[in-house]
Amino acid sequence: MTEVKLHGFWYSPFTLKVKWTLELKGIPYENIEEDRFNMSVQIFQYNPIYKRTPILVHDGKPLCESTIIVEYIDQIWPENPLFPIDSYERALARFWIKYADDMVSAIRLLALSSNSEEQVKAIEKIWEHLRVVEDRCFNDHEKKFFGGDTINIVDIAFGSMVKFITVLEDALEVKILEYEKFPHFHLWYNNFKNVPIIKENLPDQDKMLAFLKFSREKLLGSS
Amino acid sequence: MTEVKLHGFWYSPMTLRVVLTLKLKDIPYHNIEEDRFNKSLELLRYNPVYKRTPVFVHNGRPLCESMLIIEYIDEIWPHNSLVPADPYERALARFWAKYADDLFSAVVAFYLGNNGEEKEANIEKVWEHIMVVENKCFGDQKKFFGGDNINMVDLAFGPIVKTIFTIEDILEVKVLKDEKFPHFLSWYNNFKEVPIIKENLPEHEKMVACLKFIREKRLASS
Repeated sequence: MTEVKLHGFWYSPFTLKVKWTLELKGIPYENIEEDRFNMSVQIFQYNPIYKRTPILVHDGKPLCESTIIVEYIDQIWPENPLFPIDSYERALARFWIKYADDMVSAIRLLALSSNSEEQVKAIEKIWEHLRVVEDRCFNDHEKKFFGGDTINIVDIAFGSMVKFITVLEDALEVKILEYEKFPHFHLWYNNFKNVPIIKENLPDQDKMLAFLKFSREKLLGSS
Repeated sequence: MTEVKLHGFWYSPMTLRVVLTLKLKDIPYHNIEEDRFNKSLELLRYNPVYKRTPVFVHNGRPLCESMLIIEYIDEIWPHNSLVPADPYERALARFWAKYADDLFSAVVAFYLGNNGEEKEANIEKVWEHIMVVENKCFGDQKKFFGGDNINMVDLAFGPIVKTIFTIEDILEVKVLKDEKFPHFLSWYNNFKEVPIIKENLPEHEKMVACLKFIREKRLASS
């Protein structure tokens, strides 16, 4: 019988991307929650290069990097495909996944901002990214999601980032994904987070807020 | 009839990755040389997000990002395959291709860094990356990352190494030392001797002159 384990952080958008992929495909897995301040020996063994999560271990073989992991999962378990079948559409999907992943540096900057100047700069960077997606990705008004009528891997990639953005909005009491600025993106996210499997597997907002507060104290306090 | 165009810079390792892919698969294409200081309207239209090369246009449909382009080409023209068929091997190949991109970021920082104190730190970062590859990738005595033949990982790293050799001459510093990276350099020696690669690697002196000029222009405007 096939064995799937996922080492990750419950609050990380990258781990979330993999979790959602596994849940949407109904793939049973063992979830191993790592502590970022005290990672298991296995993390260093499975990912000696980056020493980070998520790590998927399939029948003892480890894989790192969330984007690579989700594409692997889609190949091994092709039912409910999350990547487009058409080669060109698939290349475009990969492009947008990478673009979603690239948002993390601005999000991280905002999460760790220690003054209002840094905060403003970080929010502007996030807005730049959101603007590109708002302008480029919602021209087909028939589509409810990036995947059409149902969500696909691009929805998952952006969804995981936007979830984190909403936590920052609450924690820092700022508005980032503003409806007036990004109406299509805003609407898309409202639809996305109500997809049953996503809704059931969305990390608890209050729990995430508490975690963010704890992390900021630990990381900003120690720098 | 299928129409293939490639917008790129002849001296860019990212463009070179795609050129080598097309040559290895013998795919006819129309090469459009872009000027980085005066990019064509087409380029900006095809890649409005990053506004950079290479941009690959297949029957009017544009694609950006070199490794995405390579995987697309390999799917449409599967002969002389460059992407591993086995899903796990493919995932590993994608991991190393991404690592090559990380190496490239360090190389760019080194290339554009000032020649003073930053230089040592920048070289260290490049070394760190290459050391990982040196230690992790040559355990099984394969000639290439792809085994007996080159694959997408060889193409991911090869042009970057070519660029490092170029920058060594510009900044007058030895980075790729034999004693530090014996396996990595042995691999590169094999890579650049593959006939199609050899025929299509840009000429060294020409690249030195070009990248030197670009560096000076970029540093002057920053």
